[in-house]
Amino acid sequence: MDVLNRVPVREQEPLVRAENFEEVCLGYNEEEAMAEAARCLNCKNAQCMKGCPVSINIPGFIAEVKEGNFEAAYQIISESSALPAVCGRVCPQENQCEGKCIRGIKGEAVAIGKLERFVADWAREHGIKPKKAEKMNGHKVAVIGSGPAGLTCAGDLAKLGYDVTIFEALHEAGGVLVYGIPEFRLPKDKVVAAEVENVRSLGVKIETNVVIGKSTTIDQLMEEEGFEAVFIGSGAGLPRFMGIPGEQAMGVFSANEFLTRNNLMKAFKDGYDTPIKAGKKVIVVGGGNVAMDAARTAKRLGAEVHIVYRRGEEELPARKEEVHHAKEEGIIFDLLQNPTELLVDENGCVRAAKVIKMELGEPDASGRRSPVEIPGSEYEIEADTVIMSLGTSPNPLISSTTKGLETNRRKCIVAEEENGATSKPGVFAGGDAVTGAATVILAMGAGKAAAKGIHEYLSNK
Amino acid sequence: MYPIVRREKLADKIYLMDVKAPRVAKHCQPGQFVIVKIDEEGERIPLTICDYDREAGTITIVFQTVGASTERMVSLQEGDAFQDFVGPLGCPSDLIEEDVEELKKKKIVFVAGGVGTAPVYPQVKWLHEHGVDCDVIMGSKTKDLLILVEEMRKVATNLYVTTDDGTYGFHGMGTNQLQELWDKGIRYDHCVAIGPMIMMKFVCKLTKELGIPTVVSMNPIMVDGTGMCGACRLVVGDEVKFACVDGPEFDGHKVDFDQAMRRQAQYKTEEGRAMLKLQEGDTHHGGCGNCQ
Repeated sequence: MDVLNRVPVREQEPLVRAENFEEVCLGYNEEEAMAEAARCLNCKNAQCMKGCPVSINIPGFIAEVKEGNFEAAYQIISESSALPAVCGRVCPQENQCEGKCIRGIKGEAVAIGKLERFVADWAREHGIKPKKAEKMNGHKVAVIGSGPAGLTCAGDLAKLGYDVTIFEALHEAGGVLVYGIPEFRLPKDKVVAAEVENVRSLGVKIETNVVIGKSTTIDQLMEEEGFEAVFIGSGAGLPRFMGIPGEQAMGVFSANEFLTRNNLMKAFKDGYDTPIKAGKKVIVVGGGNVAMDAARTAKRLGAEVHIVYRRGEEELPARKEEVHHAKEEGIIFDLLQNPTELLVDENGCVRAAKVIKMELGEPDASGRRSPVEIPGSEYEIEADTVIMSLGTSPNPLISSTTKGLETNRRKCIVAEEENGATSKPGVFAGGDAVTGAATVILAMGAGKAAAKGIHEYLSNK
Repeated sequence: MYPIVRREKLADKIYLMDVKAPRVAKHCQPGQFVIVKIDEEGERIPLTICDYDREAGTITIVFQTVGASTERMVSLQEGDAFQDFVGPLGCPSDLIEEDVEELKKKKIVFVAGGVGTAPVYPQVKWLHEHGVDCDVIMGSKTKDLLILVEEMRKVATNLYVTTDDGTYGFHGMGTNQLQELWDKGIRYDHCVAIGPMIMMKFVCKLTKELGIPTVVSMNPIMVDGTGMCGACRLVVGDEVKFACVDGPEFDGHKVDFDQAMRRQAQYKTEEGRAMLKLQEGDTHHGGCGNCQ
């Protein structure tokens, strides 16, 4: 075995998978996982753990995998993470745990994410559940939002014996894991529903179809329903548009709408009532993970897909693996250009985007080179569908209906980093609702910190 | 699950249901709406709240069968349940947020078209309960499609019923009735119009000429109804608004109705296919010119 290179992971062939919604990455089997685990140096001062926002005991679980003790490996991961099958799939490991792996200096880092995924999948297939609290402590906590931050916070509190209820606005729990990240990266029934079930098995109650700020308020939960503390993990779900002419035409969607129709409402599946239109030629504006997800979804619905991004390849904010997968599947990248107008036909449908070419200017104060328009370089790209993937911001619904909750100028809730405490006593917050759109694992880290914060708050009360 | 405790056919293709949803019933206000989803495969359908009983914990919805999903909804009977029922959503009507004494000074008229009568009813009822007078013009294509006439008569100060074909009440449309009242010298200083977009557009055209400030309740395509997708976006004045969180009520004189109507028809082909598939089942193989 070549210790410098990781054991390759099996994937669906690009041309086959570009036509289905099955998971792209097939994951390791037992032999492959044990072989990859053997590459871990089991460092005393493990750098990888410092790169993990929830500080999983990585050398610890990998040592168990190496020996074939998969159940023991799962219990080690479970001490720190409520959603390992999710994180193993969607974390940007190259910037986190794997980015710090010593093996990565001379060769390829240990495939920590793929090993975590293997362990979580193995545990699910073998019916192994995380351990429940031995006794309840009688304190009631409400969690707003069932995304990664809320599920993690709820899971941690339940393990400490709290009586936890999650309130979710949509009809299904999981947040971005169910409406945002597509099936081909994160299978909904097999993986997400199973991880939500694990959180439920810890004793957490989940009430769907409750829009906090409308169906009830945080103040009412605390004053009338006996919740002693509240965690807000409501995310950043408000889509941005460009504000250019033609944006209201038919065929122009936010990535949130396009992905929600497809992922949450299962528009791609026969027998489901929600319609979706992907068109024949699709432009996705933006370069983040959401843009890649929207582009690869449109491709699977049968369209020719272009990603239009105003910076260059190096600056694409999406994960390298996602960009690589998108290219393999035939997504066309039109880099260093930006739409200035959407052109509309006589029926009110979008027919093309007028785009202008860009060049990168000098680095700004943050070190990022900002794109500058090249005068006179406009041209048209034909398209019958345009998907805007320009990022999202927190929905003001909760902050505007909760007395004494401080927000900043970006409408994000102001909360302490180490314990999630907000300006309102007993109310904690974390994840995208505080930071603006970020990653699944950072949201989980925030949910974890807030669970600790809530435990300290209620223990000292 | 959200059980249906009462189901009634009000007119051809128009149905009323009382649905048990205590959290919604406790917090809803006139002008707000809910989103319902029949079952696992169902889509999310926005419906305005027609009435509510806070003690019984029920919400009254009224809907017309216009496509595959509403056709499926009709098959639900008393004792059946919706899998999902979310709300209240949107902002309450401006009227109920205003000072009641100020409202009493205003001469208010509601113009309701077709099933739009259902969302008008809770507003008129609320005003009536708070001692505020208001007139209601309600209309439909024909006598058999009129709904909630008796209920409305109990709460409206003056009720004017119109039918396009003259089979009941005033012969003509709501706009004709409003014009006639105006010509008789009745001066309204606030109008609320709710109904199909085309009807709201024409009411607004008239009230603009007459100088009556007019509020409309918009009904664009929605998905989540909580502001996270923008499917329901509209142009109001110079601004883009999300009907589900900024509305559904807007200043009717500022709404771009033509664009809103185009956007509403966005999925017409898909909706037509779904309806045919539901009606004809496996015998639907295309060839009718509407399918690919």
